[in-house]
Amino acid sequence: MAKRFNIRMAGVGGQGVVTGSHILSTAVINAGGESTIVPFYGSEKRMAPVESYVRVSDEAIYEIGEITFPHIIIIFHPQVITHGKSYTMPFYFGLKEDGIALINNDGPMKLHKDQARELEERRAKLYYFPATKISLEVAGMDLATNMALMGCIGAITGLTNMAGLEQAVKDRFLGKGFVVSGGTAALDSVVERKFKKKQELIEKNVAVMRAGWNYAVDHGWAAADVKRAEEPVAAAAK
Amino acid sequence: MSEALEAQQKTNPQGDPITSVAAPKSDGKKDPHAEAKRQKVVTPEYMFHEAPRTKEFITGSEAAKEAIRRSNVDLAVAYPITPQSETMQLVGVLYGEGYVKEYYRGEEEVGVMAAIAGGSRSGVRCYTATAGPGTLRGLEGIASWPGHRLPAVAMFTCRVVNAPLAIQPDNIEVSYLLNCGMIVFHAENQQDMFDFTMAGFIISEKNDVTLPVGVCCDGFFVTHARGYVRMQDRGIKLPPREAWRGAVPVLDAENPPARLSRDAPVQKSNFMAYNIHAVWQQEVWAAVERSRKYINQYLGGLLTAENVDGADAIIIASGSAAAQSREAVRLCAEKGIKVGLIKIRSLRPFPTKELRALCGKAKLIVVPEFNYVGWLAKEVATAIYGFSQAKIIGGPRVYGGQSMPVELIVDEVESGVHGKKSTNVAMSSIMGGAVNPEEVAQFMRSI
Repeated sequence: MAKRFNIRMAGVGGQGVVTGSHILSTAVINAGGESTIVPFYGSEKRMAPVESYVRVSDEAIYEIGEITFPHIIIIFHPQVITHGKSYTMPFYFGLKEDGIALINNDGPMKLHKDQARELEERRAKLYYFPATKISLEVAGMDLATNMALMGCIGAITGLTNMAGLEQAVKDRFLGKGFVVSGGTAALDSVVERKFKKKQELIEKNVAVMRAGWNYAVDHGWAAADVKRAEEPVAAAAK
Repeated sequence: MSEALEAQQKTNPQGDPITSVAAPKSDGKKDPHAEAKRQKVVTPEYMFHEAPRTKEFITGSEAAKEAIRRSNVDLAVAYPITPQSETMQLVGVLYGEGYVKEYYRGEEEVGVMAAIAGGSRSGVRCYTATAGPGTLRGLEGIASWPGHRLPAVAMFTCRVVNAPLAIQPDNIEVSYLLNCGMIVFHAENQQDMFDFTMAGFIISEKNDVTLPVGVCCDGFFVTHARGYVRMQDRGIKLPPREAWRGAVPVLDAENPPARLSRDAPVQKSNFMAYNIHAVWQQEVWAAVERSRKYINQYLGGLLTAENVDGADAIIIASGSAAAQSREAVRLCAEKGIKVGLIKIRSLRPFPTKELRALCGKAKLIVVPEFNYVGWLAKEVATAIYGFSQAKIIGGPRVYGGQSMPVELIVDEVESGVHGKKSTNVAMSSIMGGAVNPEEVAQFMRSI
């Protein structure tokens, strides 16, 4: 049976939802898997809803278009749930039975009783994951929230590894010919200024990813035979 | 040198330079057309069956561009309607590089389709692409191409045509193209875009065909998304069009183009005039029939069939619906249901004989589509009528730009196999020999 996950990512503008989906997709391909992405472009602006769809598999993917019935949903911002900042309402619409909802929040959220009941009926696994907190702790800023989430989901799916993720981050920030929208390009330059040097930017992003990966392993969310990622010796020695 | 190139820069009717298609800036030493001039002509047989290929990850528009690069195209005419694909813009780049001999932007689609007619009549190889509302605006011209026996390839990247405006795929425009008398292919993915376009030129120009070929795809999903395409080396190209091989003489001062405008009786209201037109139409459709052997030769068949023997159900689909169906087959297999898949590549000519042979023992046929009217389900039902007792579920259907969840197709297969009532296909779209009359009666009573 194919190891296949259709993932819907919902967040708000500026969080790097589309960038995150590109990185996960590239990371899975780097690790020898298959992946496709479909970003949902609406009116792109800060704090406005953004959705992106990623399919990852260890077999060929033929399916196209948006994902209506995901195996996994990733909520980048609690406002997606609390303020309804989403193209898909309620946030878990279409989630398959025994599906996973990975939610960026410090601890469990109080959901409306109807929503809690519906999630229970479809046996959804709710993983509350403090991605922004981890980003602040590890990188000293919240802009790597998406990296924490991608590290975490990488371990949950088991379809990539830290080397694949690291390479994907390098491709994203150093690669040539990557087409981004004007807004994303502007944001990239802000991020780059903040980190002064690209190398430093990549190292911090990878460190946040690794923290996300290990969080998933430590909490028993990771796929079978996914192990903790240790700090590379060479990088630690620098 | 560079000044000469600047002077040749074309302008649109408003006088703006078409910067995107201008020849690349030259320092006077390097010929921007050098690579194109080195291209070697090979036979279609070598190109399609023998030439080594390498795999690249490109968009459908880029796949069409690469097909044009290898197709020895003389004339391409563009009109950048929204929603268009980038295809004609990319073909403009090819013009800059010297791979396409002539290229310009038309006033609008009526003008573009007329220009393609003029180019083809004068004996050169022509290409254009349009989408959605542009297809319908150009349809008067497109529908006249077959009658004038004009070989050409046109790409239709299907988008929504009806109000309210939308820009996502909905292939209802294919239904308008089916009855023009042209050959119509439906591409599932980027690879099909590449292969169908190149083979289209060769099939189109065969003497006993001499008809335009339409290559359709579900726009956006195929044109704007990347997929793997196996391509021949860019240093080789198809042989040029040899217009003297066509079924009608090419246009020049001595020879009016084709019989319809040359023969006086056709202008009159009498039996002979009607008869001439009738015979001409018969000949157009006979030419469509004769293209079958070339489609078999160059594309390997009008359809592909996988795991059809002994299947619990067969999905018949074309275009993007075929891609979605591949996943549905996999999900059904996980549930223990054996499903075969027939992908229709050529809608005109339609693979009637092939379907009759493949569906003779079928119990259930599901036809998912990206349009409201269900043109493929009707084609399938008509083709196998009397040759199969299968229940035909004409659905699921999505339209207006929706994506088709694979789960909807799985639902229809499951409901059909287990005899449950379908959740989202209307009774009127359930056809075929095995329909339960009591269910129909119940439906009729309840409406």
